[in-house]
Amino acid sequence: MLKKLLFILSVTSLTIPVFASKDSGSIQVKGSDTMVNLGQAWAEKYMEKNPAKFVAVTGGGSGTGLSSLISGTCDIAMSSRNIKGKEIVLANQKGIHPNEIKAALDGLAVVINPKNPVTAVTVDQLAAIFTGRATNWKEFGGKDERIVILSREVNSGTHVYFKEHILRKNDPNSKEEFAPGALMLSSSQAIADEVSGNPAAIGYYGMGYISKNQKPLSVAKDENSEYEAPTIENVINGKYPISRPLFLYTDGTPEGPVKDFIDFALSKEGQDIVLATDFVPIEK
Amino acid sequence: MRKIKEFVIEKLILICGLASIFFVALIFLFLLKEGLSVFKTVSPFDFSFGKNWYPISEPAQLGILPLIFGSLLVTLGAAVISIPIGVGCAVYIAEIAPLKIKEILKAGIELLAAIPSVVLGFIGMITLVPLVKNIFHLPTGLTALSGSIMLAFMAMPTIVSIAEDALYSVPKTYKEGALALGATHWQAIWRVMLPAASSGILAAVMLGIGRVIGETMAVMMITGNAAVIPSSILVPVRTLTATIAAEMGEAVVGSEHYFALFAIGIILFIISFAINVTADLFLHKRQQ
Repeated sequence: MLKKLLFILSVTSLTIPVFASKDSGSIQVKGSDTMVNLGQAWAEKYMEKNPAKFVAVTGGGSGTGLSSLISGTCDIAMSSRNIKGKEIVLANQKGIHPNEIKAALDGLAVVINPKNPVTAVTVDQLAAIFTGRATNWKEFGGKDERIVILSREVNSGTHVYFKEHILRKNDPNSKEEFAPGALMLSSSQAIADEVSGNPAAIGYYGMGYISKNQKPLSVAKDENSEYEAPTIENVINGKYPISRPLFLYTDGTPEGPVKDFIDFALSKEGQDIVLATDFVPIEK
Repeated sequence: MRKIKEFVIEKLILICGLASIFFVALIFLFLLKEGLSVFKTVSPFDFSFGKNWYPISEPAQLGILPLIFGSLLVTLGAAVISIPIGVGCAVYIAEIAPLKIKEILKAGIELLAAIPSVVLGFIGMITLVPLVKNIFHLPTGLTALSGSIMLAFMAMPTIVSIAEDALYSVPKTYKEGALALGATHWQAIWRVMLPAASSGILAAVMLGIGRVIGETMAVMMITGNAAVIPSSILVPVRTLTATIAAEMGEAVVGSEHYFALFAIGIILFIISFAINVTADLFLHKRQQ
């Protein structure tokens, strides 16, 4: 809910020229809902150290951030997916050259209700569940109940990542889609709420959202691999199969205040904040 | 000097009057300009009757039939719930209630109209959705029915206040005549008052439905947003409005997806325009 509000606020603030001007020393950071808490934490610490600087962080989704970067209304776009070829073409037409910086890692947790007896699945089984080929928990050792699939909306980088890497298994020619009956929820929090109240539900979100009301599933790459739980160690050592990089995009190589902020995010201190907000630091 | 002042003020008011029409025309032109571009890549038939909505796939599948059905189903459900209750409430307020209760009821209904839809959606998500799930033993409570019930609350204030107004404007002599001829109070309401106010009540219903079909935030929160053609009112649906709201942030300006969302906007515009015109026709009929 808060993120939706932030999004609305950010849209309103765009109409106020003071906030959008690039040369006033303020930095506009916008994009992925997954990263908005992280961005906010970076901004707070950064402004504490540099009281003269102002960094505004807003959410809205990876696509929203990238389209703002393309239309020149933000300085840094946060994105939990790679920029698309189409978006680069569009950006270049407008004289903007997106520059990708990997800033953190995120493990995606697949969660179910704690009452559900299932504890581990393979990536293939996940694909079967989320495309709608497998429809009953019985097939995975659970109760005889229809599986309720929860997904994020299409403006979410998490949605796109999950589709490309789990449903389509990184195959660009694959035509797999989320089951048409999948419920599209507008935030990770909405998924967390529905999972905690519904024993038949399955959903996915960034590791940071896991709480005691949801049970994260252990996931194996294939039948011959070990089932690994979504923990920070397992993401760092690469054992957990569903982790993704989180990016910051700038227009061209960052300069001036934008460079200063990004350097801070990538510094030891910035990466400690990454860890504190339940994400995984990039290797140094 | 006075004449000039009159002239200037007259013209200023004229401009104000024309401004609203001018803006509507501009909005419609903009919608058409952006929305019609989608038909360069998708035929209008495939767009309106396509069964798959996968806007960000390559190639994108842009069929809005499930969304149209979703909107219609939620609206129909809300109408079935809100019309009898709304009209009944209007009859009670206009004809039966003592003055004191009338005042309290009217204030309460105005208050209901003042609750922001996002708040209603939030309350619905916490209270109504689990209730619907448990009563009907469904896999999930995020269904068209939940949306319909919540939207019925939103349509009710419009229906009640306009229908009550219509009943109130029926000449007193009608009722007095009916009662003098020996009709009971109920007979007078059912046989005389309601038929006399029927065009106004129909207008109230149409405006209520217009409010429902354009509602976005609450439906987005409680209908589950799954783009399938619904088989019953107890399954999740995705409405036209929720689709625009959820996806406009992502759509890259100038992309096929972006144009498709504007085309959905055109369809919504046409639907609500038709509803408003119908309501207006009924209202004018009443005045004659």
